[in-house]
Amino acid sequence: MRIGVFVCHCGTNIGGTVDCPQVAESAGEIPDVVFASDEMYTCSEPGQESIVNAVREHDLDGVVVASCSPRMHEPTFRRAVERAGLNPYMFEMANIREHVSWVGRDKKANTRKALELVRMAVAKLRNATPLYSDKFNVTRKLMVIGGGVAGIQAALDAADAGIEVVLVERETSIGGKMAKLDKTFPTIDCSSCVLGPKMVEVAQHPRITLLTASEVQDVAGYVGNFTVKVKRRAVYVDWDACTGCGTCIEKCPSRKTPDPFNEHLAATTAINIPFPQAIPKKAAINPEYCLHLTKGKCGVCAKVCPVGCIDFEQRDRVDEIEVGAIVVATGYDLFDHSVYKQYGAGKLPDVITSLQYERLLNASGPTAGHVKRPSDGAEPERIVFIQCVGSRDRSKGRPYCSGFCCMYTAKQAILTKSHLPDSQSYVFYMDIRSPGKGYDEFTRRAQESYGAQYIRGRVSSIHQHGKSLVVRGADTLAGMQVEIEADLVVLAVGVEPAKGALELGGTLHISADSNGFFMEGHPKLRPVETNTAGVFLAGCCQGPRDIPNSVSMGSAAAAKALILFSKAQLESDPQVAAVNPQLCVGCFKCVQTCPFGAIKESEDRFGNPKAEVLASVCKGCGICSVTCPHGAVQLNNFTDNQLLAEVNAICPLPLA
Amino acid sequence: MPASPGVDSGNELRILGFLCNWCSYGGADSAGVARLEQPTDLRIIRTPCTGRIDPLFIVRALINGADGVLVSGCHPGDCHYVEGNFHARRRLETLKRILPVTGINPDRFMYTWVSASESGRWQEVVREFTARIHTLGPAPRMSDTLTETLAAEGLPMQATNGVK
Amino acid sequence: MTNSAIAYYPGCSGKGSSEEYDLSTRAVMRRLGAEPQEIEDWNCCGSSPAHMVNHELSAALSGRNLAQAKRMGHHLVTTPCPSCLTNLKNAQQAAWDEDKRLKINKLMDDECPTDVDSISTLQFFTEHIGLDRIREAVVSPLPALRVACYYGCLTTRPPKLMRFDDPENPMSMDNILAACGIEVVPFPLKTDCCGAASGMPRNDITTRLSGKILDMASELKADAVAVACPLCQMNLDLRQSQVNRARRSRYRMPIFYFTQLMGLAMGLPEKELGLSKLAVNPEPCLARAGVR
Repeated sequence: MRIGVFVCHCGTNIGGTVDCPQVAESAGEIPDVVFASDEMYTCSEPGQESIVNAVREHDLDGVVVASCSPRMHEPTFRRAVERAGLNPYMFEMANIREHVSWVGRDKKANTRKALELVRMAVAKLRNATPLYSDKFNVTRKLMVIGGGVAGIQAALDAADAGIEVVLVERETSIGGKMAKLDKTFPTIDCSSCVLGPKMVEVAQHPRITLLTASEVQDVAGYVGNFTVKVKRRAVYVDWDACTGCGTCIEKCPSRKTPDPFNEHLAATTAINIPFPQAIPKKAAINPEYCLHLTKGKCGVCAKVCPVGCIDFEQRDRVDEIEVGAIVVATGYDLFDHSVYKQYGAGKLPDVITSLQYERLLNASGPTAGHVKRPSDGAEPERIVFIQCVGSRDRSKGRPYCSGFCCMYTAKQAILTKSHLPDSQSYVFYMDIRSPGKGYDEFTRRAQESYGAQYIRGRVSSIHQHGKSLVVRGADTLAGMQVEIEADLVVLAVGVEPAKGALELGGTLHISADSNGFFMEGHPKLRPVETNTAGVFLAGCCQGPRDIPNSVSMGSAAAAKALILFSKAQLESDPQVAAVNPQLCVGCFKCVQTCPFGAIKESEDRFGNPKAEVLASVCKGCGICSVTCPHGAVQLNNFTDNQLLAEVNAICPLPLA
Repeated sequence: MPASPGVDSGNELRILGFLCNWCSYGGADSAGVARLEQPTDLRIIRTPCTGRIDPLFIVRALINGADGVLVSGCHPGDCHYVEGNFHARRRLETLKRILPVTGINPDRFMYTWVSASESGRWQEVVREFTARIHTLGPAPRMSDTLTETLAAEGLPMQATNGVK
Repeated sequence: MTNSAIAYYPGCSGKGSSEEYDLSTRAVMRRLGAEPQEIEDWNCCGSSPAHMVNHELSAALSGRNLAQAKRMGHHLVTTPCPSCLTNLKNAQQAAWDEDKRLKINKLMDDECPTDVDSISTLQFFTEHIGLDRIREAVVSPLPALRVACYYGCLTTRPPKLMRFDDPENPMSMDNILAACGIEVVPFPLKTDCCGAASGMPRNDITTRLSGKILDMASELKADAVAVACPLCQMNLDLRQSQVNRARRSRYRMPIFYFTQLMGLAMGLPEKELGLSKLAVNPEPCLARAGVR
């Protein structure tokens, strides 16, 4: 073979602690290496050009680049090699940045290590064979999981671009957390006025199929060809007939049903429409509280329904849907603040979460927009807001900042003043994080125009004292203790990934970070993609994000999906398993171990049993390859010979 | 925290790592991005999944003079390929129990799980495993004993087979 | 029920100002089938002054007590006093550190053991005796007595050292007294500061802080306060008249050690509980609750 080696300085990233010219010089002495050089930035345009030129000049048939991680730039260099006229799989990378220069300080040791990694890459490449992609068709349909604002945006953008969209939402209405909000920062415009039209647009869009009260159970297949099992929960109402008139809700006697939409501030009826602007505006029955479904009596709703759409016989069902790409927009839930024993462990009635306060402020909330405290319905005069409850608190295992609490706390302080002009708000904060457009001005306005008193410090305890709450904390700027008698305390509770997100991530094969948020393909350059092709992220499932950010991500995820759909056919990854029929004895152990059913029992033209790989189904894990007793199944680009060549490159033979 | 052995390049041992692309290779990358210093002995081979790692690769490495072999993949239950690391766990656990029979010290082999976000854990794993191998010292060279045996038997030296 | 022996460290207060705590603790332990064995020839734990002066010296003082307990064949010490407990636990922790252990052992001319754990009697009753056995031992429950449980600052803190109950909202004493058939009021100031040792140099601080606790207890209509710390008891009980003078209040709130209330519910004789040693006379309150 004629192999070229290119050692990258990556500026000083590698060059600072690895003697790159030395590595290149020594690499030139490896058998089959006919050209070796060091480049300042191999991934830059001139760097890539020098690869192309060297391939042509020196008639190379294989290229090794020693630079950063293949997880970063392998596709870049494969394209460069292809431009030079070689098969893109006649290329190998040695990771001398993330695995060498960035983790070691000893230049001598690093240089030796870098050279050995190059030696391994060359050894692997000497055993490589050209590989060719197959083309396959794409189902031009997008599934969006989660109907909050991020999911809605992704669905609308994709549908407007002409793609069929299925929007799956767990609750009975779309709208997500934004639908619960009263006003939004920093413009104080009404949340449902902004979101409502978008929700209606989803309902009316000819290319959007809306599946609410539905959950994704299982995802199979691969990019362009996913098969998704969606569980459609029984709502015991025929939604095609239901007009959302609300007669059933007026008459339902089961009035102690929990109301998660109103954050459990009040109870609701067993048959219910969560809020006036719900989309779809259809009634649904909570089977755990419906007297007919639990005890077999009542049935009042069925009697009063003018269109007779109540259907107690309805059952859950599972639909299988074929889609080409998936946008995950599963959003967030609030942290369970009852672990804060010093804040009353969730037992003090007038210590509420910020989302509960949002419902108190909201005209369609349980108090019709009058701020009344839960314990006795009195109007509070002194309100204390506590920030970072379950954020930036390592003692509770929550090291991260929840991102948007500073802003909504400022907003709530402003709204409180307009609802209750005689009230006084106090905000305990650690730091004010307001980097968005017009954000810092907004927090200043809360203090300067609306008189919210900001106190920099943590609250150490809250306790009930007669009818009021004693809030004790520190003012770290004044260096003194503070004690405030408050009528209502609002906790800015930190956010965490939505319940069930981890299980969903499991079926989608996307990983989560240590806090449970889904991992993006690259924190900077691929923020809405995942490491699973065809699965994209939008909104708070990837990390805490405010509304503008979530909407941007929804659009970005839709754009990434549209790129897939813009191609007539997709190219498969040729790094899949292949069976050598001469070695295969037809034991079919590989068939049993393949997690994807990508190997089938087949026979050759003489009727001998042989295994056959379905290349389009194979994901290239290589489990079968190890299982095969004869080495008949080999994983392209990770064959036994390639991996053993790497081993031998560092561990020479015992007698050598 | 053990001091980094192997920083003096004359003092390095031969340690081989088999890492799955999706979790541990990513974790090792994250550790690099975070500049988490590690001893320099380890050489990493990238595989798509721990399920692709044939225990015989590890045996080959140890017979061919590796002083230590480290395998790391996704945490059980988090495998990018659903169940590859379950296969791996079973195979590698078996290997660990067979190694003593072959005369290879099983402490020279370790498998563990490091996710792509666990950069700090990766640093710990590399430091601890490297320290462990340095405590064991260089692996006894088969060639030493074999040469002696062959010489005593008056047989010619022969190379064992290399790559297929 | 067999008598299970445990090393018992009374501390200096137990032999002086809080004799009734020591008495009632031993009596209740025996009634519950435990045998408190006083550490032979025990010495001062170092209290507050020692560790302010020198950490090794302070650890050596408590280390000797642990060593004595080990000589008696014990691996677990219990003490009623939170401050003693802090010092005992600190000594063991210090001994886990190689360098410190050498220094401590040099001061002691002895070995500070690393394998002798110490727990509060509150933890001993909660984890080693258990609420069921306490419930079984109750002969005269006191449902008419409303008690606020006051833990003080040291009983569960620092959490990393104490490793018992919730540092912000401890419930062990509440649970024990509830098991004794006493009505326990939810007391929000259960871990607030009583003023501690400021009673000597800055009496105003102590009267203010202890006053707050008494305010809250009386607001919640508690008949009495239960404590688990000799210093808390002193500030709330002995200094109650000072509090009243300074704040123009008129409290007559009995401050019991929780073990005294346990003993009452278990029908132990008066002389074993030392009720007469309390500064605020508990008799009217007990009469109202129908104990006498």
